Amino acid sequence: MTSVEQDIQIVRAQFPILHQEVNGKPLVYFDNAATTQKPLAVINALNEYYSLHNANIHRGAHTLADRSTGFFEDTRKLVQTFINAREPEECIFTKGVTESINLVAQTYGKKFLHAGDEVIISYMEHHSNIVPWQMICEEKGAILKVIPIHPNGELNLEVYEQLLSVRTKIVACVWASNALGTINPIEKIIELAHSKGAVVLIDGAQAGSHIAIDVQALDIDFLTLSSHKLYGPTGVGVLYGKRNLLESLPPYQGGGEMIREVSFTGTTYNDIPFKFEAGTPNIGDVIAFKYAIEFVLKRGLSNIAAYEQILLNHFVDGINKIKEVHGFDSIELIGTAQNKVAVQSFNIKGKHPFDVGMMLDARGIAVRTGHHCTQPLMTYYGIEGTVRASFALYNTTQEIDVLLSSINAIIKR
Amino acid sequence: MQLLRDKFKKVKMTSSEIQDEIVDDFSLFEDDMESKLFYLMDLGKKLTAMPLEHQSDEYIVKGCQSKVWLFPVFEDGKLYFEADSNTEITKGLVSLLIKVWGGKTPEEIMATELYFIEKIGMSRMIGSQRSNGFSSMIKQIKMYAFALLNK
Repeated sequence: MTSVEQDIQIVRAQFPILHQEVNGKPLVYFDNAATTQKPLAVINALNEYYSLHNANIHRGAHTLADRSTGFFEDTRKLVQTFINAREPEECIFTKGVTESINLVAQTYGKKFLHAGDEVIISYMEHHSNIVPWQMICEEKGAILKVIPIHPNGELNLEVYEQLLSVRTKIVACVWASNALGTINPIEKIIELAHSKGAVVLIDGAQAGSHIAIDVQALDIDFLTLSSHKLYGPTGVGVLYGKRNLLESLPPYQGGGEMIREVSFTGTTYNDIPFKFEAGTPNIGDVIAFKYAIEFVLKRGLSNIAAYEQILLNHFVDGINKIKEVHGFDSIELIGTAQNKVAVQSFNIKGKHPFDVGMMLDARGIAVRTGHHCTQPLMTYYGIEGTVRASFALYNTTQEIDVLLSSINAIIKR
Repeated sequence: MQLLRDKFKKVKMTSSEIQDEIVDDFSLFEDDMESKLFYLMDLGKKLTAMPLEHQSDEYIVKGCQSKVWLFPVFEDGKLYFEADSNTEITKGLVSLLIKVWGGKTPEEIMATELYFIEKIGMSRMIGSQRSNGFSSMIKQIKMYAFALLNK
């Protein structure tokens, strides 16, 4: 075994779920863009929290409440470090990226969007970064504009520049595309938007587990993150916002935690981040999320990204070899941008993605099939959907070989 | 359609007997999911072709991923179906469903408890996954039968 292989075996040992058979074959989990598996540290943290510490946070006068509050706020501090926010208060916990985006659309949009104003999104957005903007634009009489893409899955930045104007109030753009894997040049996107006075929301759902984040260096106004795509529990998301922006916004939901004082003549609101965290949050999962971030930081995002690129290249090389044998059009790669996270969509000629997904599952391989909640993107490519393999730090080139030989078998059939 | 009806008129088995036969056929594969899928896809290929004019949006049973077209005909007190799907595996299952319910009375269709799908290891196709047109197809056929019974 090489040292890399040994190292990966040590990583895999921390993910108990990977060591099982599906349909009589060893599980090959390539659906990481949908959700990543959880390391033992996260699983144990959940168990420990409910076994030893469970209490509602921020108000209790007892020891358990104090302890839980401390752990909960520890995660916030680590999120701050993870994305290099100025202060932990700029990091709001939500139930996921979808809620994070809706929060911004319903607060920033509500306050600052007026009839005739414009919101810019891109063609490769997930539905969760399309629909919230459509909703608020419709409500406000604002206009939604869309950055087109090139066939390889890169954004058309020339058109983006033309779309930008003084009417642009918000640019909401995905950092890494869930369907194509494209890493967008957000530095440029943000710079151009700021030059017109627009604020920028970056959807970091797919970026968090692959790309090191520095919100200050990139001058990001709003950033969304997903815990469960970052080796953490489901039901936790992050909304980062610059303090002055967050303070300028009206509350999102009313309820406990977000208030300072309530009377029947009027209510005053709490400071950030609590102003946006109405109700009892997902305490246990937030606390366990810290261990996921620690896990990623310990591996190092640059190491993770470098290894995942090896996996992606291994897969793409394998597909190209299949093309050499079975013909150039036997299989099509969708999303061939220069700069990509380890996500690859493809279609096998004459085979519906659903059938391919089922046949791969019969061999123990988990992939995602369908439109990946990016229907406008599928319409652009003139396809119903794709088969998507998405790789993570615990995957191996041997597993990719299993996928490649299975694809070969499906083509040959 | 005439051919299709002739085919089902010859079948004297009840829906349950047909289901038992299907389960029996699939039991040969034991737990070999891949062979089951290949067999299903082969069955789908043998499904009587649906005239293109019936593959319209009017007769589509939509799923998020797989689409099914279903064209019912009620004649001599029995229901007959033409069907198709855009995915091979779903088409195979559709062909089995038609085998079970085609040429049966609305009473028999309403009274049939479908158990073959689960028994051949395809229960995920009828689960809560909205992605699948097959699941909606079952409901659609039951709705036709129900409507005919209550005419």
